[in-house]
Amino acid sequence: MTETTHIPVAKRPVKWGRVMDHSILILGSLFMLVPLLMVLQTTTTTDLETIKNGPEFVIGDRFDDNFMAAMFKASGFSGENTGLRMLINSLILGIGFAIGKIVIGMMAAYALVYFRLRFATLAFWLIFTTLLLPLEVRILPSYEIAQQLGLLNTYTGLIVPLIASATATFFFRQFFRSVPEELVEAARIDGAGPVKFFIDILMPLSQTMIAAMFIIMFVYGWNQYLWPTMVTTEEGMYTLVRGIKQLTQDLEGTNIPEYGRANMLALIAILPPVLVVIIFQSWFVKGLTESDK
Amino acid sequence: MAQVSLNNIRKIYPNGYEAVVPTSFDIADGEFVVLVGPSGCGKSTLLRMVAGLEDISEGALSIGDRNVNHVDPADRDIAMVFQNYALYPHMTVRKNIGYGLKNRKTPASEIEDKVQTAAKMLNLTEYLDRKPSQLSGGQRQRVAMGRAVVRDPALFLFDEPLSNLDAKLRHQMRIEIKALQRRLGVTSIYVTHDQVEAMTMADRIIVLNAGRIEQIGTPAEIYHRPASTFVASFMGAPPMNLLTAKGSGGRVTVGETISVAAEVADGPVTLGIRPEDIEIGPTCDIPFTVDIVEELGAHRLLHGQLGGQELTIHVGKDVVVSAGPIRMSINPDAVVLFDAKSGLAL
Repeated sequence: MTETTHIPVAKRPVKWGRVMDHSILILGSLFMLVPLLMVLQTTTTTDLETIKNGPEFVIGDRFDDNFMAAMFKASGFSGENTGLRMLINSLILGIGFAIGKIVIGMMAAYALVYFRLRFATLAFWLIFTTLLLPLEVRILPSYEIAQQLGLLNTYTGLIVPLIASATATFFFRQFFRSVPEELVEAARIDGAGPVKFFIDILMPLSQTMIAAMFIIMFVYGWNQYLWPTMVTTEEGMYTLVRGIKQLTQDLEGTNIPEYGRANMLALIAILPPVLVVIIFQSWFVKGLTESDK
Repeated sequence: MAQVSLNNIRKIYPNGYEAVVPTSFDIADGEFVVLVGPSGCGKSTLLRMVAGLEDISEGALSIGDRNVNHVDPADRDIAMVFQNYALYPHMTVRKNIGYGLKNRKTPASEIEDKVQTAAKMLNLTEYLDRKPSQLSGGQRQRVAMGRAVVRDPALFLFDEPLSNLDAKLRHQMRIEIKALQRRLGVTSIYVTHDQVEAMTMADRIIVLNAGRIEQIGTPAEIYHRPASTFVASFMGAPPMNLLTAKGSGGRVTVGETISVAAEVADGPVTLGIRPEDIEIGPTCDIPFTVDIVEELGAHRLLHGQLGGQELTIHVGKDVVVSAGPIRMSINPDAVVLFDAKSGLAL
């Protein structure tokens, strides 16, 4: 019999280690949050006030106006690149890129893991080396090819060259290898051919992995700046991330810079990736840590 | 229902390793055959060749009257139960059991009927809508059985299906599987490294060692008339006592102790005697020194020295013995003699 007695502690000694930990956490949070709050603040005031007083501790009443301007007011010459248009373009890029990458990655990994291919390992390492060649490295030839194929200012041109890299293939390969061999054999005896096995067994098993990949790839695609800047010259094809840049170019003119609108657009640009992460986060952790078998 | 026939089946891997030397045996319709042997003896490879999961390097395999060497596993009319159950984790028990039927384009209503019947047989009815992760080990094993039963195949294949269960459950499932096989009358091949499973479940046991068949026989034959020292020491717990002996003038003697009449050529032989075929008592003729008494409740095992050789004796729970010198005698009818060199029974 051991009885742990909890004597009510009248005065706990201050744990300086804890205070230290929390201070670091609080500082870190502030470091992340303050710029965001500043952006939020500027979206609620008029541009004139912002330029006169800088960031303030006042919440203005111009949120709606700035929101409407950011979403629906066109900038540039053609009048096509409203915030909404750019948001849609960004979504197409992000989702298209994520789905394309997952589909191609899964299929490549499936072929590499489950079929006895000649030189499968060599093929895998060849695919793997593309990790060393991100788009930024091969941007000139990629542009050349996209241009010759007439893919400039198309969604295809925006998405496909970005897809060509091994990350998803690599993750799915590792995941498929962790699927027990006996499951494959049971399915074979149960009469599931390669396609059925892929759709009935492997895809449901990969759910969490697919979700994890989707988050990573969506955010990656959404944040693309260089490539969209290269391949899109028509304003109707601009994505949010590069559209904001165009707004800040406006700021360099002689007019009063549109702080409210630009910051509002920045806020809008942050939102979808944040939502995706929040929605998929529990799957995300599962997908990358546990093998669900 | 079908008989199975293996004719010089051989497995040789591309790297030259011969996992199964040319092996032949026939399995009668409805028979329960257990392949038993230590790990790496080729028993699983043999089973997997029958299943079609492993290519047959040489030889002919037929199930029923059909040569199935190049038939896809799905078309061999077999069902297999795996060691790790191999249940589809994302499917409910109902779907797990019905998946093979669904792939064979069975109408949905018929699948449901068959799944219900199989579930009832295996006491799984109330778990049909659960996922495998919500089931205990024994229940998962039953689902795996259900998946095999529901297809009504010509041949069941079991690949160490009980080795992931705890001892109590293993005992229970052993009986259930055996009873189920009896009831369905489906020809079965069962692979295990556990000699108790082999003894209790088999109609016939095939003992394998290093890719080679050591002996084929009923459990009683295997136990009492082992064909080699390997079988003698592999089957039975504790294993058969194997003593270095000498044959001369129609008798086999172990040093100054055991002496039995036997028609063997003069020279060294190995004498085998099961621990339970040795008696002890004050009137017995051979002196024996007990070193350790193993208390097992229902019986006791006495380990000791007989003229410098290790020997184990099995006595009933009523025989009280403590370490020290005692006297013993053997049942001469139970003695098995082996060639000292080859280890084969004489």
